[in-house]
Amino acid sequence: MDPKNIIICRCSDVTLADIYELFDEGYTSFEELKRIARVGMGPCQANTCGKMVQWEISKYLKKPLEEVPFHNMRPLTLGVKLRAIKEAAEDEE
Amino acid sequence: MQNKEAIVIGGGPAGLTAALELLKAGASVCLIDRNERLGGQLTKQTHMFFGSEKQYASHRGIDILEILTNSLGKYGNKLEILTETTVVGMYRDKVLSCVSGDKFFKLQGEKIIFATGASEKALPFENNDLPGVYAAGAVQTLMNEYGIKPGEKVLMVGSGNIGLIVSYQLMQAGVEVVALVEAADRIGGYLVHASKIKRLGVDILTNTSVKRAIGKDSVEAAEIWELDEQWQGIEGSERTLEVDTICVAVGLAPLTELLQQMGVNVKYVNELGGNVPILDEQYQTSVEGVYACGDLANIEEASSAMVEGRIVGINAARSLGRSVENADFRIKALRHELKDLRGGPPGDKVRKGLKKLGVAT
Repeated sequence: MDPKNIIICRCSDVTLADIYELFDEGYTSFEELKRIARVGMGPCQANTCGKMVQWEISKYLKKPLEEVPFHNMRPLTLGVKLRAIKEAAEDEE
Repeated sequence: MQNKEAIVIGGGPAGLTAALELLKAGASVCLIDRNERLGGQLTKQTHMFFGSEKQYASHRGIDILEILTNSLGKYGNKLEILTETTVVGMYRDKVLSCVSGDKFFKLQGEKIIFATGASEKALPFENNDLPGVYAAGAVQTLMNEYGIKPGEKVLMVGSGNIGLIVSYQLMQAGVEVVALVEAADRIGGYLVHASKIKRLGVDILTNTSVKRAIGKDSVEAAEIWELDEQWQGIEGSERTLEVDTICVAVGLAPLTELLQQMGVNVKYVNELGGNVPILDEQYQTSVEGVYACGDLANIEEASSAMVEGRIVGINAARSLGRSVENADFRIKALRHELKDLRGGPPGDKVRKGLKKLGVAT
């Protein structure tokens, strides 16, 4: 299988080959991959790529999945327009 | 910010029954769902359910939805339904931020019930971004909700109940299921579903997976290969199948992101689909007054989700100081129903997973 043709993160177009390359550079945690390659930061918020990334890390580090931490999740889960947040804040006042 | 007595997030089978029990006990409920219609997976389940009469066996999922929404209709202004509303942020003080269209607003709940369900797992194989590669849930939505055929010739990947049932539904819609591949050495779902599609002539190939999708602008064929005991593909075992659709049904992962945002303790349990919240006897998470049920707590059938929803609804109502008739007896009976649903070989995985989580089954 050619890892260049396997998409791991559809939101940011990250292939399995990109992930392997980052592993070899020493980035082997979800948090690092997220910061460098943006996996898990797109519209799906890791709901598509997350489990695949975790699985690849587990295989690379030869650790069971239970020991591969998932990424930290923070609000907001969707893109929200600043105007909507501003209007909500004005309503509160 | 509006304060609510009880907020239920997710209007699928678990959320609907949790809301019903709360309403029955006299509580006010705000039920939030991001879709246009309530029902979650029930909206696309055209097959009949198993189990006992108590979980609406021999009814189709879509009809169960009608029964449940009709019951909700009795509670008038005690029930507020917010559809097309997505909870986008969840905070430790039980404040939720929501988005509905262009509107952003905050709610706070005395009790919050999470019934957010699960998302489908994706599979890494070559050209997995080619149009024609679908998740099984998407195929079900297209066919059963919108009446659109996803293609003419399908390769199904995964033999859990979803893979088996969607294969059958594809055939009902006149689509050819060319083969069903399963990476494990045995069929994952109920044998009664598997036998049905086998009788209709579908090859179920175990120890086999998809290697790559082939096609220029969309799927024109799929290459499958056999797997060894380490789940690695065996070179030379490749076969090409002429298909225009690859349907991926390789399991579900609980949607815990909102719970994790508010700092609820979760644990990774493979058998339950991934990270799941750690729950006490009451189905309460590590944050007081926050409950979880359904696929979010562990991946199971809608029947179990409905039972869990009822248990959570009763528990939450009681902790709100509402009196629930025969509560102890009913919880005991509901727990018994869960035990029955999880009995036998099909329940092995869930029982093993719950044991790892420290839940008595």
